[in-house]
Amino acid sequence: MTVLEVERLSKSFPIKSGLLQRETGRVRAVQDVSFSIARGETLALVGESGCGKTTVARCILRALPPSSGAIRFSPQEGTTIDLAPLSRSALRPIRRHIQMIFQDPYASLNPRMMVGDIIAEPLLVAGVPLAKRQARVRELLELVGLPPAARTRFPHAFSGGQRQRIGIARALALDPTLVVADEPVSALDVSVQAQIINLLLDLQDRLGLSMLFVAHDLGVVRHVSDRVAVMYVGRIVEVAPTIALYARPRHPYTEALLAAVPKPDPMLRDAAAAPRGEVADPANPPPGCAFHPRCPHAVDRCRVELPELREVAPGNFSACHRAEELTLVGVA
Amino acid sequence: MSIATSSEERFAQASQLQLTWWRFCRHRLAVISLAVVAFFYLVVIFADFLAIADPHAVDARRSFIPPQGFALFDSGAWSPHVSGLKGVRDPRTFKLTYTPDPARKLPVKFFVRGYSYNLFGVIPTDRHLFGIEGGQPVDGVFLLGTDQLGRDLFSRLIVATRISLSIGLAGVTLSLMLGILLGGISGLYGGAIDTLIQRLIEVVRSIPTIPLWMGLAAALPNTWSVTQVYFAITLIISLVSWTELARVVRGRFLALREEDFVIAAELAGASQMRIILRHMLPSFASHVIAAVSLALPVMIVSETSLSFLGLGLRPPAISWGILLQDAQNVQVLAGAPWLLCAAVPVIIVILAFNFLGDGLRDAADPYG
Repeated sequence: MTVLEVERLSKSFPIKSGLLQRETGRVRAVQDVSFSIARGETLALVGESGCGKTTVARCILRALPPSSGAIRFSPQEGTTIDLAPLSRSALRPIRRHIQMIFQDPYASLNPRMMVGDIIAEPLLVAGVPLAKRQARVRELLELVGLPPAARTRFPHAFSGGQRQRIGIARALALDPTLVVADEPVSALDVSVQAQIINLLLDLQDRLGLSMLFVAHDLGVVRHVSDRVAVMYVGRIVEVAPTIALYARPRHPYTEALLAAVPKPDPMLRDAAAAPRGEVADPANPPPGCAFHPRCPHAVDRCRVELPELREVAPGNFSACHRAEELTLVGVA
Repeated sequence: MSIATSSEERFAQASQLQLTWWRFCRHRLAVISLAVVAFFYLVVIFADFLAIADPHAVDARRSFIPPQGFALFDSGAWSPHVSGLKGVRDPRTFKLTYTPDPARKLPVKFFVRGYSYNLFGVIPTDRHLFGIEGGQPVDGVFLLGTDQLGRDLFSRLIVATRISLSIGLAGVTLSLMLGILLGGISGLYGGAIDTLIQRLIEVVRSIPTIPLWMGLAAALPNTWSVTQVYFAITLIISLVSWTELARVVRGRFLALREEDFVIAAELAGASQMRIILRHMLPSFASHVIAAVSLALPVMIVSETSLSFLGLGLRPPAISWGILLQDAQNVQVLAGAPWLLCAAVPVIIVILAFNFLGDGLRDAADPYG
């Protein structure tokens, strides 16, 4: 059963300039993005900075209104709501079912509130009585591995990793159907990243979480996600089950991202597959496949014709004209 | 997590207010300034009690008495006293000058009876902190001398503090209300309203203040009572100064709207009201306090300069500006330089407020 189905989601931002703020162009941050997340599944959304992955996440959370497309969300079995056209007030009762884990654990906790109040806020807003709130806060603190004494402290007393645990506890307070994690570990030290990843894995097992996990590299994603969607300049270029994608990427951009994952063994390091040049400008993307100026396999067709996302192997979708003929290198 | 020591625990459980206070205490100059400002406001509250003579009492015989010393001991024994005065006429200029007459010792007593007033505006009393009882009309404790009309400058200065400092508070309150309201609307709704308010602020700020104040003050009918003029002046001064506060409030709103923790509250389904009251207001209250403490001295100086130019309050009201008005005349100043002493509290208070505002601003964001 699907929890979330995103269909042809697009979001563009106007570029305004001059005294009268006239619109002089549009940044197409997200174009025709479609994917779905099944109950209990974790989908990773991966791409370089500026590829539109955070915009996708914010559109799903409706922190941003999408320009077009549908976001079909099923809070319970049998009910499906399209979030895309809902107004601010119509969204409020649905908010509790989709929660977010933020990237920056320093900015996402109100420094003027005690940790207990921060975690209890979604409960308070949902109208949970005080005694139940307190019990739930204790339960959540234990769930994310923090001592009960943390309740009466302020966020400034905690380290980045501990703050991220608080953020996770807050996101889980109302038993959400879907959790959107926007680069939850990229602001943390590597050793702390592992702890938070392990916590998320543990929570997936215990709570059967459905999660959209946004990340900018393929390093951490491997352990957390069931499937991976790779984005480049506002479009999804490849979607595949994690194991298949790492073993055999079907898009040259995925290959390049995999090559960029740091390897512990220096003998295995190679710079050959690193993509040349810069990420294309989403306000002015190149014609054809947006990746062609950086692609070592590009042919004439890539420069004129936009490749559609199509199934190239069972469960494995790629937006590359040459997906079938190329044999791309993954990681073991 | 390791077990926290007691000092760590104190830090961990310290609220925003406590952190701000600790940080403020590290700013030595600001703490001293806070004490100075508090002292001045105590003087405001107890002005009549501290005054020695009726600040309005005119007596031509006491004209231009120079500042007078104050002896604490009389031949080794504790006995605070002042010397009586002896008027001597200069044989060449025929000017009456006063010199201390050591033969006449007038004991200074505490809690003496003097002119009657209402303490805190409600309790009728005639007790004053110190003064002399009895004596000839010309006798008195003239710590800072007297003016042309024989009014005790020290008492006038103390009573003037009341108007000069309270006009700042009243003006800031008014401009704070305007600033928070308009700045809040501007920052919260954005769009056309924001543009409109911001252009309005730019227009208001581009008008040169002194001519504007002069024009408005000149328009006040001179039949108005002291109280009416006082409120009109407050209004005129705050007409310009709200713009600064509105900008601060708007800026904070814009910055906070994008903060992750505000978005988190919105995603939790919190209402707009709750987000503003629980998350946004506490986050910029400290900035507003700092902005206010920097706006106060501007108000005080505005009132003083307006009154000095004769455009603000008018006698019989007493403010620092009005006291300084007496010191405008070079001839008077040459004979009675002590009239300039009204400038001293102005300088002290303005400096103290500026240092205080500085310290508050630094302490306002203990996480920065």
